[in-house]
Amino acid sequence: MASGLAVLATILVIAPLVAIFIDLVYKGASSLNLNFFTKLPAPVGENGGGMANAIVGSAVLLTLASAIGVPIGIAAGIYLSEYGRGTKLSNVVRFTADVLNGVPSIVMGIAVYALIVVPEKSFSAFAGGVVLGIMMVPTVARTTEEMLLMVPHSIREAALGLGVPAWRSVLSITLRTAMPGVITGCMLAFARVAGETAPLLFTALGNDFWSTSLRQPIEALPLQIYVYALGAYDEWHRLAWAGSLVLIALIVVSVSLVRYVTTRGVLKGAA
Amino acid sequence: MILRIQEPRTPKPADDEPIGGLVPVVVSPQASTVRTFLVSRGSSSIADSTFRWLMLLCALSIFAIVALIATELVTHSQITLAKFGWKFFLGSAWDPVNANFGALPFVYGTLVSSILALILAVPLAIGVAVFLTEMCPRALRGFLSFMTELLAAIPSVVYGLWAIFVLVPLLREHVDPLLIRLLGWTGLFAPPDFGIGMFAAGVILAIMILPIISSLTREVMTAVPHSQREAVLALGATRWEMIRMGVLRNARIGIVGSIILGLGRALGETMAVAMVIGSSPTISKSLLAPAATMASVIANEFAEASDDTYRSALIEIALALFLVTIVVNMFARLLVWAVTRGTPARVA
Repeated sequence: MASGLAVLATILVIAPLVAIFIDLVYKGASSLNLNFFTKLPAPVGENGGGMANAIVGSAVLLTLASAIGVPIGIAAGIYLSEYGRGTKLSNVVRFTADVLNGVPSIVMGIAVYALIVVPEKSFSAFAGGVVLGIMMVPTVARTTEEMLLMVPHSIREAALGLGVPAWRSVLSITLRTAMPGVITGCMLAFARVAGETAPLLFTALGNDFWSTSLRQPIEALPLQIYVYALGAYDEWHRLAWAGSLVLIALIVVSVSLVRYVTTRGVLKGAA
Repeated sequence: MILRIQEPRTPKPADDEPIGGLVPVVVSPQASTVRTFLVSRGSSSIADSTFRWLMLLCALSIFAIVALIATELVTHSQITLAKFGWKFFLGSAWDPVNANFGALPFVYGTLVSSILALILAVPLAIGVAVFLTEMCPRALRGFLSFMTELLAAIPSVVYGLWAIFVLVPLLREHVDPLLIRLLGWTGLFAPPDFGIGMFAAGVILAIMILPIISSLTREVMTAVPHSQREAVLALGATRWEMIRMGVLRNARIGIVGSIILGLGRALGETMAVAMVIGSSPTISKSLLAPAATMASVIANEFAEASDDTYRSALIEIALALFLVTIVVNMFARLLVWAVTRGTPARVA
């Protein structure tokens, strides 16, 4: 009886996921064609058109975000694992990172709007990249720390014993050993911010035309999906499904990679 | 907190150092005698202390981010903070035209949609966690936990898209009429029914927080020592009694923590909710009526907020959301930590 309930619960949970995937593939694949990747959005009411500007815009935003979030996150992870292990300060940093992870993304968006958009008097790709970058920091820091903790002590000792300076030992021995794990952690953070819409609403804003300038508003895939989903045209709805399929494909690939690396234990070779 | 940095004795580049510039660092408990010996030699070099400070600086930047968010939100919501004070959260009039702002409908909407989501999600999430840790065949376990992780990785806007075109029609045509017939007498499910509204928001939120709650609950349940299970079974308990007394009882603090963490996520969830809740700043008894949450009103109205007071009101809502989610998350983390401490951590 009780086992039956648990099985039923599992089925109920898996059902929406399966439904979402089937709908995405079914409705998305039928509108996915070359135009989607190469054309600008068509004028209202016309068929055809694509999301090329949104794809490029997302790429610009995510590059900027990674340039901000990855170095800071990895450095914070190095501090937590290599220098601050067991100290009060590192416990507080770790705790704050976890709490920061739970702050709603729209709040981050408003804060960066107040910080960058208001003084600059203009929505910009730069502000969008900063928001996403900030959101990457806690995830990257925590995964980096966990991956570095898996590196055996003997490797650090061997490096130090050979007279390698501590900072080089950290960078080219410890961090390098944990690299596959650190990279997958970064990809996890990347996949998370790739789908973020709320923080971009008031920072990157969206843009119907080509733009790669950091000082101009820029389009992003999730923003475009949001606008099209709420639009009144069937053509827009089809494009929204296609855009979601592309976004999900990106995320599924990174999550699968993360899972492969963490369960297969790429780090085992180092032990 | 140890921040001892020694003055550099030799200004030579670090690479020429015989042992390598090693700043005295905190030695972890597992450190061997070799490491202790090396660390105690405590040589000095500019490169090493610079590197160490740089890493520390990046770690501290996490505090800076939190402080920055707080100060920006407070400074930009001054107008309404000064004008309405605490009454801001008690007033139910949301009238941008006359610059009269009360956030009560949004506080209500956030609370009700989140509670609805918890009511729907918690029993299912615990069921899944029990199934995965206690009775699932090994081969299926990996696949199912992968699926739940995937569910957590789907962007909010995609959930929203799916909700608009699949979930809302399904609710409108099949589920809502049934609820009106069965539970209409409570007044909670009353026509008119447009499909979109508080109930649809609650359902999509439940789907979204399920994976978070179930994966953390699973983690907490895995942390319960096997000896507990064996002891209960040895006393003649059935498998279900073993799960109830040996596992769920021991893991209850952590399970509560994971539920609160799911609540934190539900409180701040924006896009999917904004797309299906119907954006209406009203408090109605019927769950089928359109409503709005704190996050959804920011998403839907900030772009059209034309004057400073309107913008300040929305930023004050963001500030309240920030403070509430911080408190909820801190509480939840402390509970989860209390249980899983000692077992290797895992980023959820």
